[in-house]
This record gives sequence, structure tokens and C-alpha cells, in this order.
Amino acid sequence: MTADVHSISEITAYIKARFDEDSQLSDIWLRGEVSNFKLHSSGHCYLTLKDATSSIKAVIWRTAAARMTLPRDGDAVITHGYISVYEPQGAYQFYIDRLDRAGTGLLWEAYERLRLQLAAEGLFDEARKRPLPPMPARLGVVTSPTGAALRDILRTLRQRFPLVEVVLVAAQVQGEAAAPGIVAAIELLNRWSREREPLDAIILARGGGSIEDLWPFNDERVARAIAGSETPIITGVGHETDFTIADFTADVRAPTPTGAATLAVPDVRELRAAVNALAIDAGARIGDRLAMARAAQQVVVRRLGRASPAARLAGDRQRVDDLEHRAQLAAHNRLAALRERLSGQTLRLGALDPSQVLARGYAIVTTIPAAAVVNSVTVVSPGDAVRVRVADGAFDARVSGET
Amino acid sequence: MSDKPEPSFEQLYRELEETIGRLEAGELALEESLSLFERASQLAEQCNALLDRAELRVQQVIAGPDGNLEAQQFAD
Repeated sequence: MTADVHSISEITAYIKARFDEDSQLSDIWLRGEVSNFKLHSSGHCYLTLKDATSSIKAVIWRTAAARMTLPRDGDAVITHGYISVYEPQGAYQFYIDRLDRAGTGLLWEAYERLRLQLAAEGLFDEARKRPLPPMPARLGVVTSPTGAALRDILRTLRQRFPLVEVVLVAAQVQGEAAAPGIVAAIELLNRWSREREPLDAIILARGGGSIEDLWPFNDERVARAIAGSETPIITGVGHETDFTIADFTADVRAPTPTGAATLAVPDVRELRAAVNALAIDAGARIGDRLAMARAAQQVVVRRLGRASPAARLAGDRQRVDDLEHRAQLAAHNRLAALRERLSGQTLRLGALDPSQVLARGYAIVTTIPAAAVVNSVTVVSPGDAVRVRVADGAFDARVSGET
Repeated sequence: MSDKPEPSFEQLYRELEETIGRLEAGELALEESLSLFERASQLAEQCNALLDRAELRVQQVIAGPDGNLEAQQFAD
């Protein structure tokens, strides 16, 4: 029986593990009323969320608290976070990473209704999403001309890919006028792309803010303008945790404005590396090709040496040796020196050309009709016909005898 | 000098890739290989030069009162 007796730590760890492995509990939205809200001197907040019949203890860590407007007791809130176990007290708690204030309940209902409706229409389908060109020449940007989002985007583009051109259309990104303004901006950029210079993609961006601030990006008109855009659209709205209807509809969703600019263009440092790798590749290819040409030339030189009667002359033997020596030297050329030497290589190959040797008065003698090179007295007998090739042509001759 | 528009980075980069591809395919006369290599070196230099002197251009577009598209440089 003692085998079944556990320590409190063991059973608590077991219970905590059950909570943590539950995917529902690790990513959940809760609505409720705030009570017992306390802001601790550490910066962490402790509260209880309740409805008519139940309550749950909740924590907001200092870092999460810094990003939100803190609630007061009695506020109705919509919250997001995960539920886990606080082991020292054996209590389960809700760890809040996002909290939206009173009155947003209706907004969220509208959000959810619209999300489901547009999803049913297929506006969020993966198949609708267009890929971004790997190396855009021109990007449209829709955002506030004075906001941090635009600064972040332009800074990122300058760092990563300053070759791109930016076509900005200013739009108000919060308040009542924002949604129609964003729609008009998207349409204007598509017109620009059709009538003036084609755009490769459009970045639609806004910096972080409260849920109300981001609301224009949950507007149906904006969603439909994105879906109808001829140019692919990248959204970068709010923070990492903000998912708007515009994000779902966009061809590519980036977590932030900076993220949108990063996804839109390649990194110049990577491109430089790629260009240099290609150049080195080219060097290696041409090195191989030269080595092949050299090997082929050496074969010709050897055959020529054997075929030519002059090969028997000591001076010419010397010359062939010299040619071979030079060919070997060339084989040791390093890639780094390759380009400077290319013209030299061409000259050297010219020197190896058999027709230039003939031009200096040597001849190649072959048998008739086998066309075997006569490189030894044993190949022919008196009376045999041979062909003698000289610089400007060939003539036939007959072997009259051994000398 | 020439009124041809300067080739874009993307065009140059594509041509560089194609040139290397042809070099890699082999089966070329030596002379052709050499000229492809020269071309590849030239393209790589042009690519790097474009990257060196690139400066982000930002223009702002509005619809004018007559509905025409109007663009102006945007100074941020």
C-alpha cells in the first residue's frame, strides 16, 4: 500500500501538468467582472474574475500589465491568457496576458460574427493567398504619415533592401473615418499600380494600441477591400498578440509594422552573400573548363611531338617539354588569380595550336588510307602512299626507302 | 549616353543565375565558357554596385481634386 502514498509536491506537480497539457486552458478567452483588484508594489496585479455564480483567481504579470489599461473593481472585461496551478497554494489561477475593458463585449460579439461570416464566404482561405515576389521593385504602404509604424517600416526597408521604391498613401488609422480612408487608400494604390508603375505588394500597417484603436482593422469594408485588392497585401497591425479581421483577410499577416517590412523584402546582406557565392561558382566552373581544355591540348601536343619528324631534334624536344611544363604550371593557377590571367590563357592556348606549329615548317605525315600518324619508321614500308599535312594544305607522297 | 533604362537588380541577379546555370551545364566551347565567365563577373560587380549606392525612394501619392493621381517626394 505504501507504494500508493504520494507527497503533496508530487500530486500538485501532477495536477499542474494536467492543466498545462490542456490546449483549451493554455489559450483561452474569459469574460467576467473584476473584483479584489490589487496592484502589488512588485508591479504584478492580483484580482478575481467572477460572474453570477463562479469566480476564478487571476494574475497579471508586470510586463503584461505595462501593456494594458488596468481595470478597476466592478469593470466588465474580456481577458485572454492561460490557466495553471500555483503550487505553493494548491490553487488554480488565470494568468492574464491581455485585457479589454468594459463595453468591448459588444465589439467582440460583432467581431466574432463578422469573422465567422467572412470565413464562411471563403475570404480567409489559404488558396486565396498570393505569394509575395521575392525581390519587389516597388511597395505600396498604407498607414498614418506621422505614426511610429511608418518610421519602423521605412527604417526596416532602408536596412534590409533600400533598392525598393515606396509609394505611400496616407490614411488615418483610428477613429470613425479610418475604415473608409483605408479602403480608399488601398483602391488608390491599386489604381497607381494599374496606371503608373506596378506595385509588387502593399503593406497595411498601424502601431500598437487599445482594442478600440485597432477597431478599423476589424471593419467589414476594410476586409473586403483587402480581399478585392489586385496587389497582394501584407498586414502589420498592433502587437504580436493582436489578430484583426484584416490580418485574416490579408495575403500575409505580420505581427507588427516592422515585421511586415521584414517579410516584404529580402535582406541585402544575404543577397550580397548570394551574389558572391554565384561569382565564386562561376570561377570554379571556368577553372574546371580551363583544366579540361589544357588536358585536351596536352594530348594534341604529345601526338604532335610523336608525329612530327622534328620531334627527333633535341631543340624541339626541349620546346615540347617547355610547353608541357607551362601547361602544368597553368593547372596550378588559383581561382583568385583567374580573371587577370584569362587573356594570357587565351594566348597560351594559341601557342599550343597544332596549325601554328605547322606554320613554322613542320609537317604531319599520315598513312593512306588508314590516316594513322607516322610517328615511327616501322609504320611505313617502301612504296606506301602517305599524306603530308603542311600549314596551308596537304599533298600525297610515296615512301621511296629508308634513310 | 544610352537612353535604355538601367537594368534592375532583379534583372541582373536573374541573368547572373542563368549565366552560372549555363556554365554549370557544361558542354560549351572554351571560348563560350570564357565569355560567360566574363559576363558573370561583370554582372556580380553590377549587382554589388547597385546594392552599394541604393537609397530608399519614398513618394507620397494622393488623388488630386480632378481625380488625377499626384505624386510627390516624401521626406521623413
